[in-house]
Amino acid sequence: MPAKRPQPRFPEPDTQPFWEATKRHELTYQTCNACNAVVFYPRHHCTQCGAGELTRHVSKGQGSVYTFSVIMQSRNPAFAELGPYAVAYVDLDEGFRMMTNIVGVNDPTKDIQCGMRVKLRWQEQGEGGIALPMFEPA
Amino acid sequence: MSQQRDAAIVGIYEYPLRVAPGVSPLQIKAESASKALEDAGLRWGDVDAIYDTGGDQGIGGLGIAEYFGLKPRLIDTTYVGGSSFEFQTNHARSMLAAGKCNVALLTYGSSAHSDRRAIGTAGATGVGPATPINNMEDPWGLTLIGNYAMVKTRHMFQYGTTNEQFAAISVATRRHAMRNPEAVKAMTDLEFVGVRDITLQDVLESRLIAYPLRLLECCMVSDGGGAVVLVSPDVARNTRKRPVWVIGCGEATKYRENNGDITVSAGAQAAPIAFGEAGIAPAEVDVLMAYDSFSITVMCLIEDLGFCKKGEGGAYVGDGHLVFDDPRKPALNTDGGGLSSNHPGQRGIFLLLEATRQLRGESTSQVRDAKLAVAVGNGGQLGSRHATAVTILAAD
Repeated sequence: MPAKRPQPRFPEPDTQPFWEATKRHELTYQTCNACNAVVFYPRHHCTQCGAGELTRHVSKGQGSVYTFSVIMQSRNPAFAELGPYAVAYVDLDEGFRMMTNIVGVNDPTKDIQCGMRVKLRWQEQGEGGIALPMFEPA
Repeated sequence: MSQQRDAAIVGIYEYPLRVAPGVSPLQIKAESASKALEDAGLRWGDVDAIYDTGGDQGIGGLGIAEYFGLKPRLIDTTYVGGSSFEFQTNHARSMLAAGKCNVALLTYGSSAHSDRRAIGTAGATGVGPATPINNMEDPWGLTLIGNYAMVKTRHMFQYGTTNEQFAAISVATRRHAMRNPEAVKAMTDLEFVGVRDITLQDVLESRLIAYPLRLLECCMVSDGGGAVVLVSPDVARNTRKRPVWVIGCGEATKYRENNGDITVSAGAQAAPIAFGEAGIAPAEVDVLMAYDSFSITVMCLIEDLGFCKKGEGGAYVGDGHLVFDDPRKPALNTDGGGLSSNHPGQRGIFLLLEATRQLRGESTSQVRDAKLAVAVGNGGQLGSRHATAVTILAAD
């Protein structure tokens, strides 16, 4: 059995609602009720104005690659067995930037470019567990 | 020049070994502290302020103060990764200027190599504390080198910077390393393949660690450490060596931000503060000690400190500009840098040490008539969260 990826740990009150939503395949982000700033990663305060009232939204899961790297060497057994894999920042159309993996390409060093359009693809993490949001070419 | 001269570096020591099995970080710190005080002509008991990241005994700065056997009036354990030492120097300068202390000791020690810490390629283990950062990054397997590589990818995309231009940084600093016996011993002891000058082709043909960063664009992981003694002007008048004055300081932080520009480091915010205080322009700087965790770190810092325009760093470094005997200044990382001389995890202190050697005329790649040096530390990880501090130093 392949080693399992590092999983989010709980209790952790800021990020727990985000990961709970992934079980329903919902990629969520927040906006500030006071100043409308888009807040990501999830927090209990607005990083723009400090206000404490935020609203959670579900993203459409469409965006573009801001930047990426292809990891050729990882000491972590869960990743060492993958072969070269791409880690990226993706800019979602709703205005937030998140870390993720780009999957569904043949050669990640050649088939991914900054600005490339991508769409959400979920990777289940086991029975009853969270799902990981990843992206593939749109 | 009319800048303030209210704090000076008067003692330095760089622990000579990069492979030191059986020696603890605390022992490296104490030995370095003793030798740096000797360099200054000061005594152990003269120290009245301790600057150290303080993690060795689990009780912060109290652990290091007790180990040394000192009773300082002031302890500062600012920790922001590899740039902690520039932050601490900047803070020490303020406290010396305010008369809160007279002899500040700044120390670093690490056994990263002997501990076999795979700093760059380890990635998250998934067993750390439950924090927002860990929970939102660990599952995707980013390594530290991959973090910096993402900045390089974007720099190449946004400005057309080439791999050859990045490689020029590694080539120039290796040349300096080959002139520094301690760096040569470091590379030998760490079993570098080919302890020799390298070419652009060597860099371009070295193996990919995290695309687009290759092996020869990455720093070493060594053991090591060092110490710096900073003093007030009154004390500086009576020390053994000519004082090196701290004339400008700036610090800033940066994070992943929605719509942010990952190619711009916190150096862009820190530099105007430091250069403004010093009353000098980047064009006047003789020696640039820029934190070279990776080639991309240097590229961003050179641009963000204003040595060239943003996005033009590739052309700037690619024309042979960086070596100590080129008439165009500044020279870059004249000790050999983290790429080829010393990087036990947090390199910032070595930037101060070599800058001081240059302004004393003691470097193994001495820049002729060096009067002004900049040490710019970058701690944390460039692509996600980092802290940059600029320290500007002037010869007496």
